[in-house]
Amino acid sequence: MSFESELSKGKFCIPECLTCKKIVWPPSEFCDYCNGGISLKEGDFEGKIIEFSRQNENYFCLVEFYNSIRIMVKMTKIPKKDQRVKISKCGISDGSYFFNAI
Amino acid sequence: MSKVGIIAHGTIPFTKEDSKIESILHKSTNDLFQKNPNIDKKDIDAVLVSTNNNSKYLSPILSEMTGIQPKIAHSIESLCNSGTNSIVSAFSYISSGLADMVLVTGAERYDSPGQILEWDNSRGEFKHPIFWASIFSKSYKKEYDISNEELAIVSVKNHKQAKENPNALSKKTYTIQDVINSKKLTDDLRLLDCSRPCTGSASILLATEEIAKKNSDTPVWITGIGQKTTSAGFTKNTSLSSMESTRLAGKSALQMSNHNISEINVAEVHDAFSVCEPMALESLGFTNPGKGMKMIDDLYETNNFKINPRGGLIGTGHPLGATGISQTIEIVQQLQNSAEKRQTDNADIGLVHNMSAAATSSTVLVLEK
Repeated sequence: MSFESELSKGKFCIPECLTCKKIVWPPSEFCDYCNGGISLKEGDFEGKIIEFSRQNENYFCLVEFYNSIRIMVKMTKIPKKDQRVKISKCGISDGSYFFNAI
Repeated sequence: MSKVGIIAHGTIPFTKEDSKIESILHKSTNDLFQKNPNIDKKDIDAVLVSTNNNSKYLSPILSEMTGIQPKIAHSIESLCNSGTNSIVSAFSYISSGLADMVLVTGAERYDSPGQILEWDNSRGEFKHPIFWASIFSKSYKKEYDISNEELAIVSVKNHKQAKENPNALSKKTYTIQDVINSKKLTDDLRLLDCSRPCTGSASILLATEEIAKKNSDTPVWITGIGQKTTSAGFTKNTSLSSMESTRLAGKSALQMSNHNISEINVAEVHDAFSVCEPMALESLGFTNPGKGMKMIDDLYETNNFKINPRGGLIGTGHPLGATGISQTIEIVQQLQNSAEKRQTDNADIGLVHNMSAAATSSTVLVLEK
């Protein structure tokens, strides 16, 4: 079970070091701090919008989880800075990750 | 550490031409040798090629095409700051004694694969640089209460300065309204806020102090080098309104050169997008946080070419692997008092700032007469 295999099934997981418990981002096979192995935390994670802008009808937002993971997500409704959001849809398309949030 | 000097350079006009990378590399190298017939190719110990192109073995290919049989020949890739990274490698070869003379040629095609960092999946489906540039712009404007109209002066200034650069991609000048009315890419970015990928090449020859003095009446010395990589992924940037890698690289370069930023007379900074110029100026210490636009506005109003005299990336175009070398050549010309209509007054000490991937890495060079 890897981050990407779960993401390809539409599940957003949080990679965490088995040894030191550090959250590891970007997802990797090993911890960037202690070189330990990685496990995946499953859950309905809530993130915070750090910044955003808009292209045509879609907003693209920089969202932070656990004060360490930051990803760019798509939103269709008007976002606000510091707004709490959850991943509503995610996956891999043409080799690239995608994340939608509400 | 022994001194390393820049003794020759060559370039070609930046265009949208569909040319083979080998041909583009050859042209600027040939320009260098044509302008400097005294250079003996047998003295060149290393040939470094700066590019993001996917073609292989380009340095040996360039060496063969130009009649050089170097000891050392390889390519260097680091996205947009490949050029200055190659110059740093050349400097290191010379100062370590592994080489006495090094040719560095950078080249890129308009369709470079280096424009998008496919690895950076934290950007989700927003991998194109316009998205990080929009986030930087939004954050910077909000933090320092800057309007789109105020930010547009960067593009207006750099297109104006590029008009005096015969090798620049842009041949036009624009007004603030032209920038505002140009194609809206996102809520925070217009087309004229962006540097444009293009086809271009630039070459530079570095040598030991002894060889530099023998081959050039006006060598320019690299007296400061600073480099910093904070991450590879855009979302790891701790600040969205300043450039941490640039701050640290600039500090190192100035420390090595024993100068402070107020002594820099002329600089090329990496204006990949309008907002990058004030952010770079502030992070390098030319002005205080939030005062970059005031500095740029003052320079524009007084027709002072101190920052980005060749027109920056916005005016000159951005052939990734050639950009850092082209920036360096501009500062060399400024220090040699040969920049013609772009010439700034009393240019004794210059600075080059070249960065990659949303300022996740930066290289800063200090050059002196």
